Amino acid sequence: MSATFLGMPGNFPKNASQAVQNSQLRYNLRKATHTIRGKRAGVVAELPDWQELRAAGKAIKDHTLRNLDRYLVMMEEAVTSAGGTVHWARDAAEANRIVAGLVQATGEREVVKVKSMATQEIGLNEALAEQGIAAYETDLAELIVQLGDDFPSHILVPAIHRNRSEIREIFLDKMPEVPENLTDDPPALTEAARLHLRERFLRSKVAISGANFMVAETGTLVVLESEGNGRMCLTLPETLISVVGIEKLLPSWRDLEVFLQLLPRSSTGERMNPYTSMWTGAVEGQDFHLVLLDNGRTDVLADEVGRQALRCIRCSACLNVCPVYERVGGHAYGSVYPGPIGAILTPQLRGMSSELDASLPFASSLCGACYDVCPVAIDIPEVLVDLRSKAPHPAAERAGMKVAGWILNDHVRLAKAQRAATRLRGLLPKRLPGPASAWTDTRDLPEIPDESFRDWWERGGPDERA
Amino acid sequence: MRVALFITCVNDTLFPGTGKAVVSLLRRLGCDVDFPAAQTCCGQMHVNTGYREEGVRLARHFTEVFAGYDVVVAPSGSCAAMVREQYPKLARPGSRGAAAIAEVAPKVYELSEFLVDVLKKDDVGAYFPHRVTYHPTCHSLRGLRLGDRPARLLRNVRGLELVPLPGAEECCGFGGTFAVKNPAVSAAMGADKTRNILDTGAEVICAADNSCLMHIGGTLSRQRTGVRTMHLAEILASTEEAQ
Repeated sequence: MSATFLGMPGNFPKNASQAVQNSQLRYNLRKATHTIRGKRAGVVAELPDWQELRAAGKAIKDHTLRNLDRYLVMMEEAVTSAGGTVHWARDAAEANRIVAGLVQATGEREVVKVKSMATQEIGLNEALAEQGIAAYETDLAELIVQLGDDFPSHILVPAIHRNRSEIREIFLDKMPEVPENLTDDPPALTEAARLHLRERFLRSKVAISGANFMVAETGTLVVLESEGNGRMCLTLPETLISVVGIEKLLPSWRDLEVFLQLLPRSSTGERMNPYTSMWTGAVEGQDFHLVLLDNGRTDVLADEVGRQALRCIRCSACLNVCPVYERVGGHAYGSVYPGPIGAILTPQLRGMSSELDASLPFASSLCGACYDVCPVAIDIPEVLVDLRSKAPHPAAERAGMKVAGWILNDHVRLAKAQRAATRLRGLLPKRLPGPASAWTDTRDLPEIPDESFRDWWERGGPDERA
Repeated sequence: MRVALFITCVNDTLFPGTGKAVVSLLRRLGCDVDFPAAQTCCGQMHVNTGYREEGVRLARHFTEVFAGYDVVVAPSGSCAAMVREQYPKLARPGSRGAAAIAEVAPKVYELSEFLVDVLKKDDVGAYFPHRVTYHPTCHSLRGLRLGDRPARLLRNVRGLELVPLPGAEECCGFGGTFAVKNPAVSAAMGADKTRNILDTGAEVICAADNSCLMHIGGTLSRQRTGVRTMHLAEILASTEEAQ
């Protein structure tokens, strides 16, 4: 079973400083993110109305979130009248309890899973394991992560940190049926995974999924995927349980059209994803349960600035353009949601009481590349800055910023401080001690000038020169 | 034209040469440059580090100091973006502060915007016989959307050879206090940026923000590369007579 991120120690700067030293990881990440980034840019550039689509995506999500209470009830009624059962889960514990209970009621001890962020967020696999139920991931990359006892490091491509020879090792170690002469050729690895999974699909009576979208007017759930494993899980088992965040709702079929364009282009850089599965209630005798998950979302919705994070459709375009993510990968964020979206989502969903979660809003240079590519126009830098004002600050930093603010609020004080800096500049060592070494470990300090601009201006510098 | 210069605290304190260049450039182009002495800082460092209260105080100070001017020019994409893009989010809608911001913010121009959009000049008569590459800083690129304005100005500098910078649109890793709060990632980004700069064979790396150049230049200098950093204003202020 893969471990859970919950309660992970450390903080982002510490985790990141270790990750940047891993040159293999840096190479893998750079190659993968730049490839997807390029593909996305290509297919987005094809659409002359991309900005209009983006604005429509944002508007639909904002409308839905503003009327979420109404649409959730509409969804519940539609699913129920189509023969499904709807469950409401306030938090992770409640959702896990509901799902475990549903699986136990079938008498089964194992389930197959469609790749789902919501079930990772609540640590469902671990919770099921505690009840003696084995959950098998069927998405290739999730399978690699699960077999490797590892954490996912990317929303779309969770095994982005692994290269093919590592994957071969994992398969040899954890799949008893693979031959010892398995090569690290990608088709060979994929075939080994196919054989491994096929048997699971045919055997399993219960499947667990998430959903990319829920359509309130019809009660339809929608899953987009590339491998076909999702279609297998959704259609073969006798019981299907879907755990879906309450923010995944769309009012109508019409709205889906916008997102079926936005998501694949932003996510995999494809015009259209290979498999789109849609189902409404209990289909062909299948027992269907929908678990609607809050787990902090209502609190996020109450925040005027932060609520835009609930527009997220988990495309991961922001990860692929983020210069910070590119250099450290997903594990440093200590959450199933890494990268820029994780830096604003995790502290809102989990709060900022842990050192790690409180460090996440600062895991960005505020370069704005994430906002530019976001298909639903989440102003991630804006939310980061807002969260920074709510995050706990170190006492020494707070004192320093107070003094700086006091000096900068008055030009006479500022001029005095500038003159003092010039007088004392000879005492400044090339390498600074303490926290200031964070600058001078890798960078020289700028030279402090003979006089400030304002002193030059005051003494008539401009005219002296002319 | 009467122009108020917002020098920015970083330029005022550490890079007065940039301010001097702006004054000489704008005077050469016929502007009457005023330096409101009470100005200090736009408050970006405080706001972006999570010290909103201090930042708002500085923003209020800025709006008071520059209230009476028709045109404010700042030699910094980042500080101009702070005033134009972030100030409006700091004040309560409908408040007096919001009105003051709505009044002053649209009059604040980054230097290349002022030259190209207001003065309608993309040739400022400069001379700088060197190989130069240009780094579009994040806030000037994605905040202010300066586009090709700086490049147009640089291409018209006599003697200057402008070479493209690979990965130009990627952040250099400065990010204000990010540089010291996440030093390892900042340094890794800086190392990639400086490698790209060295690959161009340029003598000078130019940008519209001295704060980013301080990080890039500090890295280049520690590596003893010999590549110089220069603010856009300093290149544009250079003339044949001054060489």
